Amino acid sequence: MEFDTVTMSRLITAMTLTFHIIFATLGVGVPLFISLAEFIGIKKQDKHYELLAKRWSRGFIITVAIGVVTGTAIGLQLSLVWPNFMQLAGNVIALPLFMEVFAFFFEAIFLGIYLYTWDRFKGKYTHWLISLPVVIGAGMSAVFITTVNSFMNSPDGFTIANGEFAAVNPLEAMLNPSSPVRIAHVVGGSYLTVAAILATIAAVALLRNKGAKDYHKKALKMTVIAMFVFSVLTAVAGDFSAKYLANNQTEKLAAAEWLFETEENADLILFGWLNEDNEVVGEIRLPGFLSFLAHGNFMSEVTGLEATPEDERPSLWIHYLFDLMVSIGFFLLAISFLYLVISKIKRWNVNNKFMLWLLALSGPLAMLAVEFGWIFAELGRQPWILRGYMTVNEAATSSPYITHMFFLFLALYIVLGTLFVITLRKLFKDNPAELEFEKQYPELEKGDDK
Amino acid sequence: MSYEIVGVTVLWLFLYGYLIVASIDFGAGFFAYYAKVTKRDHIINKIISRYLSPVWEVTNVFLVFFFVGIVGFFPSTAYYYGSALLVPASFAIILLAIRGSFYAFENYGSKQSNVYMFLYGATGLLIPASLSVALTISEGGFITEENGVVSLKYAELFTSPLAWSIVALAIAAILFISASFLTYYASRANDEGALKLVRRWALFWATPTIIMALTTMIALSQRNQRHFDNMLDLWWIFGLSMGFFLIAMGLLYIGRNYGTAFIAVMLQFFFAFFGYGIAQYPYLLDPYIHIESSVTNESMGLALIIAFIGGLLLLVPSLILLMRLFLFNADYAKGKK
Repeated sequence: MEFDTVTMSRLITAMTLTFHIIFATLGVGVPLFISLAEFIGIKKQDKHYELLAKRWSRGFIITVAIGVVTGTAIGLQLSLVWPNFMQLAGNVIALPLFMEVFAFFFEAIFLGIYLYTWDRFKGKYTHWLISLPVVIGAGMSAVFITTVNSFMNSPDGFTIANGEFAAVNPLEAMLNPSSPVRIAHVVGGSYLTVAAILATIAAVALLRNKGAKDYHKKALKMTVIAMFVFSVLTAVAGDFSAKYLANNQTEKLAAAEWLFETEENADLILFGWLNEDNEVVGEIRLPGFLSFLAHGNFMSEVTGLEATPEDERPSLWIHYLFDLMVSIGFFLLAISFLYLVISKIKRWNVNNKFMLWLLALSGPLAMLAVEFGWIFAELGRQPWILRGYMTVNEAATSSPYITHMFFLFLALYIVLGTLFVITLRKLFKDNPAELEFEKQYPELEKGDDK
Repeated sequence: MSYEIVGVTVLWLFLYGYLIVASIDFGAGFFAYYAKVTKRDHIINKIISRYLSPVWEVTNVFLVFFFVGIVGFFPSTAYYYGSALLVPASFAIILLAIRGSFYAFENYGSKQSNVYMFLYGATGLLIPASLSVALTISEGGFITEENGVVSLKYAELFTSPLAWSIVALAIAAILFISASFLTYYASRANDEGALKLVRRWALFWATPTIIMALTTMIALSQRNQRHFDNMLDLWWIFGLSMGFFLIAMGLLYIGRNYGTAFIAVMLQFFFAFFGYGIAQYPYLLDPYIHIESSVTNESMGLALIIAFIGGLLLLVPSLILLMRLFLFNADYAKGKK
């Protein structure tokens, strides 16, 4: 099979982003939980939480390392793979890219200090305070990068004169119409995903039943509460995102929902498939719910794909990505809600096998939802790289070596991914929580694991 | 001063910052491996890892700053350099990735394996070699633009004396900078054994650095007469650079004030680097990217400068805190904390 340079350019970027987003998501979310755990630990004078913060931050270093190198890769690839896009867009959207580096720098400096100063300060809160710049820096990185991606969806902050961008307003470009809702959805989603992943770690440890039960139960409770909070927030932000699409980027929502013709009281279609005549079959239909999702009113009119010229429509299979993302989101909401309800009922054991199994699944599922969401966001913008101004065909590099580079990077990510897993295993397998707890706090009573 | 001058000065400062911090890091990697091969790793590797562990994430950021900044201030660099450097820059990314992961996998993961130590040492020399391609092609004549397709003339590049002398200069300079920093750090930590060893390395690598600098000048005069002539006009800057080099050498040789010696090395490279950069004015890529005509619009230029100043106000105090806690904290350097 022969691939053209545009396809290869898209593939190499898709691959880098799919890989990077795992570590970027962890990078945004984990600091918050490290900080929370340390704070609760000081407040409750509970060494379990301190150990949680220590162990999470130790694993976090490894994810940060890969996040840094893949982040550098995508940062450079923007110019290497999409030189025409960066030449054009650099004039308008360079500001948040520049600021993201500052945010990351800020985070990196304090992360270095945080990791190496556990026992260097007299006041306990001093060390905890150092975690705050890390949390803020990580969050701001996500904010700035999301504004760049939002700009690609809803370019703003310039006018066109003689085929060039004029009257540029960098702040307006950064705070373009889709930025607020997408920032909320991305940041909320990152916190949710990390909560779910940390819950998975605790749930798996409890299922394996090897010890340090109190430690893992505390971790589970803390992360599942966070899971509930952030799944609600992320769902609300997602709803605003859908409403934004319904008003401003109709083709994306229409393609995601297989709405071909503009309709009032439009149905929400879940899953299903398209037959030869492009009719939807085998779907679950929620009458009027698409109108509700789009405009908060069951009778409202939702714009269909027909309103978009044929060569400017995204591909239809993004429907599945959208549905999967939303389904997982609701699964996480339901499961964390269930956990909270059961934990309030004294007679029931909330850490039962069934519950633990469901929670063990939630981390990987949440990460999948992040991937689905991003692929949906990117494919839903096609054929544009800068909606309305430049297509991906116009933006890609013309270098024939792009195919070679694809395989080079593929090899790199395989190696990095493998080493990541091996290192994490080494780091935690021979040093389980119960062992470390005894080693670090020998003064405390043993046998609190009953 | 106009935006483009402010912009390019800031960017050049970042690149200079990267030159120094990355040189220390790259050279340390090579020395760590060399010491292991020659069975002297017990003398210096503790010092090296003690310095590098807390600061490794910071090094990379200087480079990212530079390339994000240059695309911001001069968007057409993305088009020309981005198109031409796909292959060399991709190699640099891969090497940086291997190196970056070294810290995570090796330092936090397990005991030191020979393979990874070798990669750590080798990437330290290969990364500057692949990055230096950008400096070479900026001299002009290595890029063609036909029908809107920019491509790099690989044969021309690989047979160019200038390209190879820049590579050799980069490697020699890295080892010199790194060794003189490690000399200072070892003296700070009162580690006599390590000090003796790294001081010898610093003295050794000074000579190839100067020889390659002169060789590069000669190769440049054949490739880009304009740049070379401009450099001759700025002779006093290079004279200052040479003066600081001699001060550094003198201090290293008599074996005192290693801190001052390292500052002199930094100043030596500061003047050489800025002299080289100023002489290249007004081109960022001869003859395609002219600083004045390729600069971004005014509002973006202003926004970037404001963001930059704001960022510095945030970062400089943080960096000072980092350095006080680790780099210049004598107890930490000695391993007491």
